[in-house]
Amino acid sequence: MIVNFDVYKIRKDFPILTRKIYNKPLVYFDNGATTQKPACVIDCINNFHISRNSSIHRGLHYLSEQATESYEIARNTVQEFINAKSSREIIFTSGTTGSINGLAFSFGEKYINEGDEIVITAMEHHSNIVPWQMLCERKKAILRVVPFTDEGELLMEEYEKLLNERTKIVAVIHVSNSLGTVNPVEDIIGKAHMRNIPVLVDGAQSVQHLEVDVQKMDCDFFVFSGHKIYGPTGIGVLYGKERWLEEMLPFQGGGEMVENVTFEKTTYNELPFKFEAGTTNYIGAIALGEALRYVNDIGRQNIAVYESELLKYATGRIKESGNIKIYGTAKNKISILSFLIDNVHPYDAGMIFDKMGVAVRTGTHCAQPVMQRYNIDGTIRASFAMYNTREEVDILCKAIEKVRTMFS
Amino acid sequence: MKKSGQCFHKNNPASICRLNIPDKILIVNINKTNKLKDINEIQEEIIQEFEIFDGWMDKYDYLIELSRDLPLIDPRYKNNDYLISGCQSKVWLNAEYNDGVINFSADSNAIITKGIIALLIRVLSGRTPDEIINADLYFIDRIGLRQNLSPTRSNGLLAFIKQMRNYAVAYNIKYKNE
Repeated sequence: MIVNFDVYKIRKDFPILTRKIYNKPLVYFDNGATTQKPACVIDCINNFHISRNSSIHRGLHYLSEQATESYEIARNTVQEFINAKSSREIIFTSGTTGSINGLAFSFGEKYINEGDEIVITAMEHHSNIVPWQMLCERKKAILRVVPFTDEGELLMEEYEKLLNERTKIVAVIHVSNSLGTVNPVEDIIGKAHMRNIPVLVDGAQSVQHLEVDVQKMDCDFFVFSGHKIYGPTGIGVLYGKERWLEEMLPFQGGGEMVENVTFEKTTYNELPFKFEAGTTNYIGAIALGEALRYVNDIGRQNIAVYESELLKYATGRIKESGNIKIYGTAKNKISILSFLIDNVHPYDAGMIFDKMGVAVRTGTHCAQPVMQRYNIDGTIRASFAMYNTREEVDILCKAIEKVRTMFS
Repeated sequence: MKKSGQCFHKNNPASICRLNIPDKILIVNINKTNKLKDINEIQEEIIQEFEIFDGWMDKYDYLIELSRDLPLIDPRYKNNDYLISGCQSKVWLNAEYNDGVINFSADSNAIITKGIIALLIRVLSGRTPDEIINADLYFIDRIGLRQNLSPTRSNGLLAFIKQMRNYAVAYNIKYKNE
């Protein structure tokens, strides 16, 4: 149920949404790539630079202490947002990609040996494929891939077959960035845990749309990006259960992450600092905290319900418009509408959409194996956020009509 | 003017082309077979053609029309050896050297890309390797299509131009001393 949710009021919080593109109102449907920022986040970054900037965890002086406090408050905000047990389990990174690369390195160094297996799915974003492939090359380990159906649903029986005593970790995308499928992560985690296999959930496309509770989900690792949840770029989160984070070694060395350094030996700082080498993007983290508070104020339940109704409306409208092939028709899907118009190449469609002020993503969406699965070059992807409206969907449909008249 | 009379983009040779471009353009277009013009004269000609259009959609409509004029690559060359793969659209390019000049043929699976390729071929096909190597392709900027050439567009066009030049360099080395 939606309570006190006024999309037109929300839109006023996002300054960029009033922009005109080629003299047409901006219709921003590329939220899967990055979301726009509310004024409170922009102001937060601005004000911090103006009046409070100072390096964190270093100085004893007033500004440094204030900055450190703000940074640690942001960590607590993230902890509460995903319901982690402790703020020691929240590590700030540069983003989802940074989180997965760091994890693949540290986890790999500690636990992966020759012949070990890593399970991912065929609908992963490249950032949840390549770091594991790199690890497999380093360690002569093997990557196993769970296939999915034409609808875009994982074949769970195949997944179960892939799990064995050599499986060391399962890495799965929570919500597919190319198909919109919400994967049954609790089931995936449950089955892995029966064999004591830890699971990483890539939340880059889920945390901004769904309520995420890492304790309830029981994932071992959860990662997401700030810029896809109305926060700034260059900041992200690696959540890990404390037992793993304690055992693993840092993926980067430098200042701040150490306890004692001599030329003979270095001992590492405690969690979470041992994984945060160097000067972190503390202003990004603080602004991410602001973005999460903003999302909480709107209400995550509200957002989920509103976006789901919008996706339903959009799916119905574009189906009405004729020969459209939708990729990703899973029963449980959110926020992403991936499609092709007749035989028109997505690049051609994207060029026309652009000139009509409609921002969509075209191509492979950094998920080339998904496109290979369907034997297509790519799709047009409209990805929705809480500030999108039905009127905007109608403009998208007009753009589809325009493409059709031009290319057929 | 050579017209293919087919609409390849629909993969349907039977479909009838819409020729909704102004007559004026077709007339200008005919001049493109005039081999006496140098590369910059052809570029100026293209710039003039595009000046007629007020908006983007007209420009794209014109590119769609031009895509049908493209000297299509022989199907046997439409394979991975001739593929210039960009992130979004595929482009195939072949070059043949004859009487001191290089003739290009190409195809793409995206129509707008194909239209731009047709323009590039119009400018650079039938030229000597030296002309191709030294050409300053300023027309792309002037007709407002530069965004199509940014590396982030990843449509293979930058690589396409580079590949045209590579052919020119290769033929130069091969035939210069003959």
